[in-house]
Amino acid sequence: MPKITYIEHNGKEHVVEAPVGQTVMEAAVKHAVPGIDADCGGACACATCHVYVDPEWLPKTGEASSMEQSMLDFANDVEDNSRLSCQIKLTSELDGLVVRLPKSQH
Amino acid sequence: MPTADRGPKHEVAVTTNEIKRIIIIGAGQAGGETAQRLRQAGFKGDITLIGEEPVAPYQRPPLSKAYLLGKLTMERLLLRPASMYAEENIAFLPSVKAVWIDRAGKKVRIEGGRELPYDALVLATGARPRRLPLVGADLDGVHLFRTAADADAIRPDFVAGKKLIVIGAGYIGLEVAAVARQLGLEVTVVETAVRPLARVTSPEVAGFFLDEHTRQGVRFVLGGQPALIKGKDRVTGVGLADGGELPADLVIAGIGVTPETTLAQHCGLAIDNGVVADAECRTSDPNIFAIGDCASRPMAHYENRIARLESVHNAVEGAKIVAGVLTGQKPHTVEAPWFWSDQYDLKLQIAGLFQGYDHVAFRGVMADRSFAAFYYKGDRLIAVDAVNRPGEYLGAKMLIQTGRSIPSNIIVDESKPMKELVASAR
Repeated sequence: MPKITYIEHNGKEHVVEAPVGQTVMEAAVKHAVPGIDADCGGACACATCHVYVDPEWLPKTGEASSMEQSMLDFANDVEDNSRLSCQIKLTSELDGLVVRLPKSQH
Repeated sequence: MPTADRGPKHEVAVTTNEIKRIIIIGAGQAGGETAQRLRQAGFKGDITLIGEEPVAPYQRPPLSKAYLLGKLTMERLLLRPASMYAEENIAFLPSVKAVWIDRAGKKVRIEGGRELPYDALVLATGARPRRLPLVGADLDGVHLFRTAADADAIRPDFVAGKKLIVIGAGYIGLEVAAVARQLGLEVTVVETAVRPLARVTSPEVAGFFLDEHTRQGVRFVLGGQPALIKGKDRVTGVGLADGGELPADLVIAGIGVTPETTLAQHCGLAIDNGVVADAECRTSDPNIFAIGDCASRPMAHYENRIARLESVHNAVEGAKIVAGVLTGQKPHTVEAPWFWSDQYDLKLQIAGLFQGYDHVAFRGVMADRSFAAFYYKGDRLIAVDAVNRPGEYLGAKMLIQTGRSIPSNIIVDESKPMKELVASAR
């Protein structure tokens, strides 16, 4: 199972293993990683699962869809590597993925 | 809407550090989130979570969408893995019904007679789907739609060629109709009002969804009065008041819900369209809180008028508020209400409360299946229905939340990006 490292805004790290096919958001929520609320459960309706993808992983996570991009336009503290974690599906290629959480979700 | 009369408060609330035992009645999204958020906020005392369903708290919205379509498993609907409740030292009691609240003795009695003491009690009892008040409503093949068990009971009959009658054209009814069409059922929607979604959106947006479903092959009987459900052991059709009859292999009723307030009523809490709660979700008893579908509370962005919302936002927000109050943490900043519905490839996202609007402005056109309807009361933006327009949805939500607005003649100008408009709003 792919391993994902979530780094909270205060630097605290959480390493989670999750099955392929789950999203980066689901894996965080199911392991109670603080800072990813994901109130809507992945319906792309709330923008509370915003993460920064570690730059070296960007080629593997792919790009945000236009729907996701429109949501990110209104999220707080958006950077070039911002994604909604409910829209990143885990693949075996993403084993080792590192994402950081924004200040607004601290 | 009337301002709630909370009556005299005889009881004195115990202070935060005296709270050692919290009981949550109702293990839906509101109850489940409360338990989880209390632990996240550092509450070390006892948490008991009582639920009537046999499963751990799960998300209901996908039941009428991806789950019914067979695209999501129950495991993925769970808010947290079932094992986590024990790991977090949360006493989760599934398939257990609370039958009595003793406010004076601060105890909850559960079926079987056991009594559980509390310092603070959270009512998250949800709502019950309304039953069809018709002869034949108890026949096999006639379903209500609220729980995973309801969805599971329907799924074997959700196969191509079967005739489905949906009674009620609200969001649940239309979502179920959309799934059924995608699976190849013959679908007829019967609605007593002259248009679908009459309670929840404007005639214009309702018309858009009516056209969309019609194009997808759904038949509508609007202004139709179901009179009885026909069949011997199993449903064979629905008889209408005008004498018409519609053949059916199964019937699903989506005619709204009633807040589950039985326990609250029996122990004398104030009730007015749900258990009456204040901005802290406190009921007329300061040691009892009420959240989610069962409760009404003041709407911060709408002159504190009292409303009862049936939504994920409301469930989660109630949990955040209560966890904050009970642990003495900084108060949760309330959000503008938000909702969503998925039908076919349409994502409808709603922010705010549209009731009382006096005009509506459209950005984009319906024919493109991508537009937003902005609702105004005077010059104030109060709500948005956005179809495949997430930017307009989030932008409007942000404006409503911060009490800002954009004039309706400007918001419709698509040459200006939504982000720019929101930044310039005052």
